[in-house]
Parts: sequence; structure tokens; C-alpha cells
Amino acid sequence: MTARDAILAKIRRSLKVGGADDGDRRAAVAERLRVHAPGLVPARGHLPARARVDLFVTMAEAVSSTVTRVASADAVPAAIADYLRSHNLPQAIRRGADPRLAALPFADQPQLTVEVGASRGGDPVGLSHALAGVAESGTVVLTSGADNPTTLNFLPEHHLVVVRASEVVADYETVWTQVRGTWGEGQMPRNVNLITGPSRSGDIEQTILLGAHGPRSLHLIVVDDLEPTDS
Amino acid sequence: MKITSPSFSDNAHAALGDANLQKALLNVEKGFIGKRLKAAAALPEFEALRDEGRDLKNHVLAHLDLYLEAFERKVVASGGQVHWAETPADARAIIADICRRLGAKTVTKGKSMISEEIELNEHLEAIGMRPVETDLGEYIIQLRGEHPSHIIAPAVHLTKEQVAADFRRVHTHLDPARDLGEAVTMLGEARTVLREQFLVADVGITGANFLVAETGSTVIVTNEGNGDLTQTLPRAHIVLATPEKVVPTLEDVDTLMRLLARSATGQEMSVYTTFSTGPRRTGDPDGPEEFHVVLLDNGRSAMLGTEFEEMLRCIRCGACINHCPVYHAIGGHAYGWVYPGPMGSVLTPTLVGVDKAGHLPNASTFCGRCEAICPMRIPLPRMMRAWRTREFDRALNPATQRAGLAVWAFFAKRPRLYRWVNRIAATVLTRFAGKRGRIARLPLAGGWTSVRDMPAPQGGTFQDQWKARRRAAAATDSETRR
Repeated sequence: MTARDAILAKIRRSLKVGGADDGDRRAAVAERLRVHAPGLVPARGHLPARARVDLFVTMAEAVSSTVTRVASADAVPAAIADYLRSHNLPQAIRRGADPRLAALPFADQPQLTVEVGASRGGDPVGLSHALAGVAESGTVVLTSGADNPTTLNFLPEHHLVVVRASEVVADYETVWTQVRGTWGEGQMPRNVNLITGPSRSGDIEQTILLGAHGPRSLHLIVVDDLEPTDS
Repeated sequence: MKITSPSFSDNAHAALGDANLQKALLNVEKGFIGKRLKAAAALPEFEALRDEGRDLKNHVLAHLDLYLEAFERKVVASGGQVHWAETPADARAIIADICRRLGAKTVTKGKSMISEEIELNEHLEAIGMRPVETDLGEYIIQLRGEHPSHIIAPAVHLTKEQVAADFRRVHTHLDPARDLGEAVTMLGEARTVLREQFLVADVGITGANFLVAETGSTVIVTNEGNGDLTQTLPRAHIVLATPEKVVPTLEDVDTLMRLLARSATGQEMSVYTTFSTGPRRTGDPDGPEEFHVVLLDNGRSAMLGTEFEEMLRCIRCGACINHCPVYHAIGGHAYGWVYPGPMGSVLTPTLVGVDKAGHLPNASTFCGRCEAICPMRIPLPRMMRAWRTREFDRALNPATQRAGLAVWAFFAKRPRLYRWVNRIAATVLTRFAGKRGRIARLPLAGGWTSVRDMPAPQGGTFQDQWKARRRAAAATDSETRR
């Protein structure tokens, strides 16, 4: 008997199952996995679009993220250059191949060097595009792959993340609907990272300090792409 | 890890006299209780979510075999492997084989209490590999050759002066005259030292807060980002988890996630919640080439269907530990094994035997705070009582205690005699205490009175006072009705 079979047999013995009622149990499990119904979802994030973005910003700032709001994607490179200047950082960033990042008018900032690809640890600043922002907790959602390599989320000291206002959702449940829509039912990219603020540790005398192993700062650039008619 | 639970009384005594420990333990109450309260109060749905979490885990436990099969199918479909281990030795052998096959020298580790349970570091060292703990707290205690004293704050028993001394002792390549007066400097130093380890690691091992049957994902929740560097940079990511961590769907993770951080650290959400599914995909520029999940049973399956089954709902938030007056007094090491506090007092006897860990369920004031704040509503006090009963049934407690209980039982079964003896005892004790109203020494309870005085009974016995109050209440009641 393999260890697998032994463990499963022990579980079935302890639960006193595996007999005639097993069909019902199997059906219940299959149904739950197929329907993946949301549980109790807090009301907090369920707001009209603009108020939802405001909540997202408030919650993000409450966990020490910094936020710049820009009127359009065209203003992102200037916002990046401003951030680098105000933090006395060299005008250099590394980003992934995400077409939304590739389309930004970086030529407007000739002094800014933009490298593309995964980080190997030498980059002070990484730039990513979020799949979504979650208003409930000020969280950004990042997915792995060539578009937004996971190493950019963790190795640089400063992590800049572009979030579209139209992609700020109320809750995590909405994110999963989106992930299933993109990758398919039951499918996931290698990593989905829910990131809520910069890295921190309280391991020395329970004093919370920023910048443990991941980025010391998480800076969100929120692009206002909502329709003027959105409330 | 050597089990010192049998010498719990001595451990506790030593802990009470340890000035550094007592100073450090003040941070537990200060650091956790108020924050949890505030976070729970800020979410109107929090109490209802606790009910949902409990029901969700109960559903999982009733269908555990099927969710594990579903989880395994999805891991394999996404290019990973599931390894099943009945015992700690099996889990160690599986991990050692993977590391050996890859010619691993440096193995980075995210925080995993199960790796403590199976003494993984000691075994990796024995086969010539270098395990490096990367969570700051775990790193500190690895430098000291210690074990975690708390499941989410492993170094909570230390002062920053002690940490500074360890950094000076181990980081000898740095200037000995450097200033390590502030925690922030030490954090920066650990970041630099560990960054080098992340970049050279061959294998990364993490635990898992949840396993998702729907997608075959494993989920870790951290604040530092160490778990992510551990799993993203090396060639292989090994996840070490136990079967009860499985949940059906991504939505079910949401429910537990909303409970976990609030209960643990009082955060709305931990900084990094990471879903990992299979190895890197074709075209991915980073991520591990291999993905392994080691599922360790080590006695969990035997808890199903018993009075300890509900313990398997535990999501390891540590809230019961943070709120325990016994833990506040003695810290985690005194408990003598991997899991301290109320959750440890229930779990340790299950995993190592009540003969070795029988003291733990007795180390409780039964104040009930642990059950009151447990996000999964686990009836911890009831289960500690169940262990006490088993210990008594198997005659594992000391003869004097059994004799004392026998004497008490004799009187308790004879209510008239009980009341009479109690009245006499109260009178004698009051006389004995004299005008001071306190008794400095009591025969048969010398251990107790050696460090405190026993207050003398005031007035009659409890039962007499109760009766008098009831009578008075009844009188007022009929008075009002009239």
C-alpha cells in the first residue's frame, strides 16, 4: 500500500465513510468545486466606481503604500520620474513586457532608462501593471509571467505599480471571476500575488518596521480611466 | 526537536525567573491584543465570518479524502507533484531525495511550523546541506540554536539587546564597532545577509496556510516577503503542508484570509498573500522549474472522528496564544515542544502522547479567552478538559493529586458532609489567619504559599453565601410584585 492510499484509507476509516453514501459525498464535493460560490462578502467595498477608488486609496495609504493619481496613462512616465527624483533615486527602472507598460510614452522622459525583463537583484526600482486593485483592503493583484515577472515584485527596494481605476474592484471574489475569465476554470498562472503595502517585520520586540525582505516602499500609480459619466 | 514537555513545571519555574524573558513577554499583550480587537471591530461582518469559517472547515473535514484527491489532480495537471508522507521520517526522506537529486547545497526556508515538527533543519544539516531560515524571527532563533517560542512570532521571547548580541557573534564579517542599538539597523543587516542566501539557494521550502482543491494552488501569507523570495528564486519549490489545510475554492480562501490576519496581528490583510500553482510556465522569465507538495499526516487523520477533531479547524493565527494568561507568564519554550499556548496544549498530547504532554492541558486557568477569540470557534477549554480526563483515566497524573481528588470526590458525593466540613474549614482558616486576614503557610500546599499568601475566607462558605443571596433576591422579588 502506498503512503497515499494509507493516508486516504485512514481518513475514510476515521470518518466512517467510503461505503454506499460515497456517491453523495462525491457529488457534494464536485458541485462545490464547480459552483465556487462566494461566501459572506463584506459590504465595505461595494460602492459606486469613484467612491470605490477613493476607498482603495485610503486603505492603501493606511498600510503605508504611497499613491499618485494621474488623469491618463500618458502621465505615468512623468509620475515615475517625479517619484525617482523625490526619493533621490537614479532615473532607471525595470519592467516586464506588459503591452500596457510598453505603450506608455517613456520617450517624454529622455533621462529615464527603462530595462525590460525579470530582475536578478540589482535593480533599485521595479515597475509592474496590476491585474486589479481591491478596494476592501487597498490590495494590488499581480500575476506572474513575462508581462510582469514575479521577481520585480520582491527584489527591488521600490516597487511601482500601475493600477487602472476601472480595474479597482470591490473584493477578492471579483478578482477570481476575472482570473477564471483569463486563465480558465480551475487554472492559475504560476503566481498570483495579493500585495497589501510594503514589506514589513515585527519580529524584533514586536515593533513594526518597513522593508524586511521585499520592497521598502510600494508606490501605486492610479490611472483615472473612468468614464466622466461614472459616479 | 527534543520534547521537554514532561518537565513542564521546571520549565515554567525557570521561565518565571528569567528577567529577559519576562521583559520580552510584555510585548505579547502590548503587541497583539488591542490590535486584534480594533481590526475585528472595524469589520461589521467579522463575527458572522467566524461562523462561516467554522462551517467551511467542518465541511472540509467531513470530505477531507475527496478534497485531497481533487487537490492532487490539479497539482499534477499544472505540472507539479504531490508526495504523501505518513510520518516525519517519510517527509524528511522525500525532501532529502529532492534536494540530493538537484545537488542542493543551500536550502532557503520560509516559515513552517511543520518543518519544526519533523526537525527538518537538523536532518538537512546531517546530509551536508545548509538550511537557511529567512523569516527574520526564524533566522534569529536559528542563529541561537533555539526553536520558535510562538507560532507567528518565533523570537518574541527575546529583547533587542539579545538579538544585537547574536548578530555581533555571527556576522563577524561586519565592523564589530557598528551601532546595533535600534531594531531598524538589525533589520537592514539581516536583509543584506539573507539577500545573498536567497540568490544562491538551490531549493526553497515553504509551508502553506491553505491548499486550494479547485486549482491545485498552495497559499502562503507573510509580511516580510521572505516566503516569496524563497519560492521564486531557486530551481525547486517544495511546499510542506498537512492534509487539513485544504479548502475547496478560491472563494473559501477569501473567507479564511479575512479572519487570519485580523486574528493574528490585527492587520486587515497581511502584506503578501501568494497563490502558487505548479512550476514556472513556458515563457515565464522567473519562478521555480519544479514544484513539489509534501503532504504530511503525522497523526492528523487519527484525530478525525474523535473529540479532538475540531482542532483540525485551526488556521494557526496564534490568537489563543496571544490572549493566554499562562503564555503571558511563561512564554512558549516552557511548553516543551513545537506548539505553545492553548492550541499547543490540545495538539501536543495528540501528536506526541498524553503520557509526555499531560502537563500542558493542566496548565490552564480555564479563563476561556482562547475560545472567545478563536476565529474558527474551536472549543479549546473543552478539549483541554478531555485530555485531563484521559490522563486521569490512564492514571498518568501523580499519586498525591489522585489521592487529593479521591478525598474531594468522597465529600462531593456527600453534600451534607461537604457543607459541614467546608463550614468548619472556613472557620478554622479565618482563626488561623488572625487579624492579618492572610495565611503565610498552609500544610499540604507549601509550594503554593511559598511565593504568595493565601487570603483567609471572608464570611461563610460559598454555598452559605449563595443561599443567603438567593433568599434575599427572592424576598426583594416578592416585595416588588406586591
